[in-house]
Amino acid sequence: MQWDIVIGLEIHVQLATKTKIFSGSSTAYGAEPNTQANAVDLAMPGTLPVPNEQAFRYAVMFGLAVNAEIERRSVFERKNYFYPDLPKGYQTTQLERPIVGPGYVDIDLANGESKRVGIHHAHLEEDAGKSLHEDFHGMTGIDLNRAGTPLIEVVTEPDMTSAEEAVAFAKKLHGIVTSLGICDGDMSQGSMRFDVNISLKPNGSETLGTRTETKNLNSFRFMEQAIAHEVERQMDILEDGGTIVQETRLYNGDRDESRSMRTKEEANDYRYFPCPDLLPVEIDDSFIEEARNSLPELPDARKARFMDQYGLNDYDAGLLGGDSRLAAFFEEAVSNGKDAKLTSNWIQGEFSARLNAEEKSVADSPISGAQLGDLVVRIADNTISSAGAKKVFEALWSGENDNVDAIIDAKGLKQVSDTGALEAMVDEVLAGMPDQVAQYQNEEDPKKRKKMLGGFMGPLMKASKGQGNPKLFNEILVKKLGD
Amino acid sequence: MHNKSVAELSRELERGEISSVELTQQFLDRIKQEDGRFNSFITVTQEQALADAKAADEQRAAGDATPWTGVPFAHKDIFCTNGVRTTCGSKMLANFVPPYDATVTENFRKAGAVCLGKTNMDEFAMGSSTESSYFGATTNPWGLSQGDKRVPGGSSGGSAAAVAARLVPAATATDTGGSIRQPAALCGITGLKPTYGRVSRYGMIAFASSLDQGGTMARTAEDNALMLNVMAGFDPKDSTSIDRDAPDYTATLNEPLKGLRIGLPKEYFSDQLSPAMEEQVRNAVKEYEKLGATVKEVSLPNAKLAIAAYYVIAPAEASANLSRFDGARYGYRCDDPKDLMDMYTRTRAEGFGTEVKRRILVGTYALSAGYFDAYYLKAQKVRRLIQQDFINAFKEVDVLMSPTSPSPAFVQGEKTNDPVTMYLEDIFTIAINLAGVPAMSVPAGFVDGLPVGLQIIGDYFSEARLLNAAHQFQQVTDWHQREPQ
Repeated sequence: MQWDIVIGLEIHVQLATKTKIFSGSSTAYGAEPNTQANAVDLAMPGTLPVPNEQAFRYAVMFGLAVNAEIERRSVFERKNYFYPDLPKGYQTTQLERPIVGPGYVDIDLANGESKRVGIHHAHLEEDAGKSLHEDFHGMTGIDLNRAGTPLIEVVTEPDMTSAEEAVAFAKKLHGIVTSLGICDGDMSQGSMRFDVNISLKPNGSETLGTRTETKNLNSFRFMEQAIAHEVERQMDILEDGGTIVQETRLYNGDRDESRSMRTKEEANDYRYFPCPDLLPVEIDDSFIEEARNSLPELPDARKARFMDQYGLNDYDAGLLGGDSRLAAFFEEAVSNGKDAKLTSNWIQGEFSARLNAEEKSVADSPISGAQLGDLVVRIADNTISSAGAKKVFEALWSGENDNVDAIIDAKGLKQVSDTGALEAMVDEVLAGMPDQVAQYQNEEDPKKRKKMLGGFMGPLMKASKGQGNPKLFNEILVKKLGD
Repeated sequence: MHNKSVAELSRELERGEISSVELTQQFLDRIKQEDGRFNSFITVTQEQALADAKAADEQRAAGDATPWTGVPFAHKDIFCTNGVRTTCGSKMLANFVPPYDATVTENFRKAGAVCLGKTNMDEFAMGSSTESSYFGATTNPWGLSQGDKRVPGGSSGGSAAAVAARLVPAATATDTGGSIRQPAALCGITGLKPTYGRVSRYGMIAFASSLDQGGTMARTAEDNALMLNVMAGFDPKDSTSIDRDAPDYTATLNEPLKGLRIGLPKEYFSDQLSPAMEEQVRNAVKEYEKLGATVKEVSLPNAKLAIAAYYVIAPAEASANLSRFDGARYGYRCDDPKDLMDMYTRTRAEGFGTEVKRRILVGTYALSAGYFDAYYLKAQKVRRLIQQDFINAFKEVDVLMSPTSPSPAFVQGEKTNDPVTMYLEDIFTIAINLAGVPAMSVPAGFVDGLPVGLQIIGDYFSEARLLNAAHQFQQVTDWHQREPQ
């Protein structure tokens, strides 16, 4: 049977406020356990929450960025359950009246088409602390530094039909929140966490199948794998005539396995009710307008500008414009390097490959945009070959030297572009290869001729000690051999 | 000395007739000698009090005094006191020493008042008799001479008994459904529950957050006004506190009452009230008429629903508020927990008393899936109707008057096995908390040698008018000056 895949996402986005949503403690990542938890965060008796206005501003900015309605009066509720890293015994969150109402995001698909994914709502809530099971023999340690960090939980409509679409949406959302500056986007530190709801239904059926939720996916790659894994698992069950159990599952990305965490029957009754310590949040027009005026350029607008301003194609502009840090890096590079297409190629090629290989983000790059720009300039003006450019890139990355021209000089990478000298070398090499020259000249197929041209390049580069400009060698060869 | 009011003691300190150290020592001695009979204190902070008194004397000498500088008083053991054990009357917090002050505590500290200790209370403020305290019941100073051990009311029974027994001239208290007014009435003292949001709840251990309000207990209305001057005001640490200036509550105490419009809610003069109690209350109202007030009957048609609504909303909020007592971070933890669930269940089973557990269960039930609409949402609707009743009544009159409690102090143990009868103790006080308006209890006579309280209810933020009305009454009556034998 043919199956339709139905995917909806829930995304926890940690807001980059300096202090927590209901207390004055710092939200900085990586401090010693429990050094960023005050009496309110520890839920000491009698302490009370005081809302952080910045969290509301960020939530409103997010709502505006995803074309959503902003609720003028949102209400915090208590979600009750016992867990050691939840100090109050309830999470302060929103249910009936979330701050961000329905909206949407448009994503680009590989086939060049665009698709609209609905946002059901987004609500503000506090994060829990962390339970540390590994460092304490037979016991669990509790770190409450994260407790009370503001989150928005974004809930999509079940509009996605493949892992590719889900990942495209996730990346788009990542680009939006990092462009807004409301989240640092660092998924390895849990700044964005994805839960995926998946169900299958017979091709064309109107009725949704039973769904499962796979929790806490903290990379795009794991998300893609987890979806593929879960789709296959459900398909196997359905094909065998079985039924899907509504449950929450945990995916282990390292082993590509998943296991059931709890079924619907085991789910808590959270006994939500409005939090009596917090008044309903009233948001007025001026607050919304202020937030609107503070919105930076967002991925869609930036993509359009990159196409217009730099002549990038749809794909390149979407990729570079979609991530605010990458976009900033590109713009810094191109302001030095001029050649936008070449700059784009280098960012997507060598630069991204190195980042991925070393699991670094753009922010951790040892190379600045300006340095990459300088490198592109030297490629474009034929000072260095692409092989030479890779050597320069290597030296920049390793920190051997931070100046492109100094590296070119020190390594002797400057190309010979003196046409007279190059012609002399070509004449000499061709004279030494009469059979190949004849073979070439007798060949009718232009494709084969082009390939044979490569046969002369090796000896030419050798004759020029690697410093001949390959592009010029090529032009001279074609001229000398007759086209 | 122990019969003097805060206002009188303040004047004597100001004139240098006595030092705060002497005064503090006298009251500490008195607590030591007398409190064995009442058990009104959980903790007496002798050393800290004497040190604070010495500092207060120095402050007075330096000419930098407030009316409270050097005046002794006590805190209900629900207000967190930095460095001093704060138990809320529970085994769960028997060892809890907060590293912070409640805003109310901080305000009294700043005013230079000398705290002698922490007073007894029903566990987590859940009760009307101060019998559910882990630290033993408090006994009402009234009735002992007749050989009866009677309850002081609750939950602020420790504060009320201590003030009535002249162990302190004043004490803080809290009121969620009547916990200031009912014990004030049963102990023959004056108590005020302010408008919800008037006094900060920060550091005041929560029972039912939307109903809890800190307030005052002393023998005179004037002393209540002096206390409220210290306690009232906006607190940025409490989102539900109201950003509105607090007046000087002593400034209007002597306004004449001529033309004051008094309403008597007919629902509060019903069968539940004994004729003897009713007579005392009506006599008090007559005094007001002599002072120039006019009286008419009004109606609070939904008042009869107040107890039912309250016993859904208060336990619902309490069930979440008390979840933090899990043994993980502070307070009681059971011995040798086998695993997490064992730690939770035994810590809470052993750490909470019967009434607290009953309310947690009731609240959890009311919030559960399938019951939420029928209980919690319905109760909230009733609450809005009750609020509207008061808003309507205050379109016609300036204050409402009623008995504070249906009967005088009862004998200990009489109602402990019948929770619903105990809940009916608050039949005249609970609607006020649901509406959020302020109310006082003022001594207004005796029945069988036991004090009777007159409840005066005002519109939102009318504390100054309530205190004025109580003060004027106390200029022409001496019920508040009677001393238990």
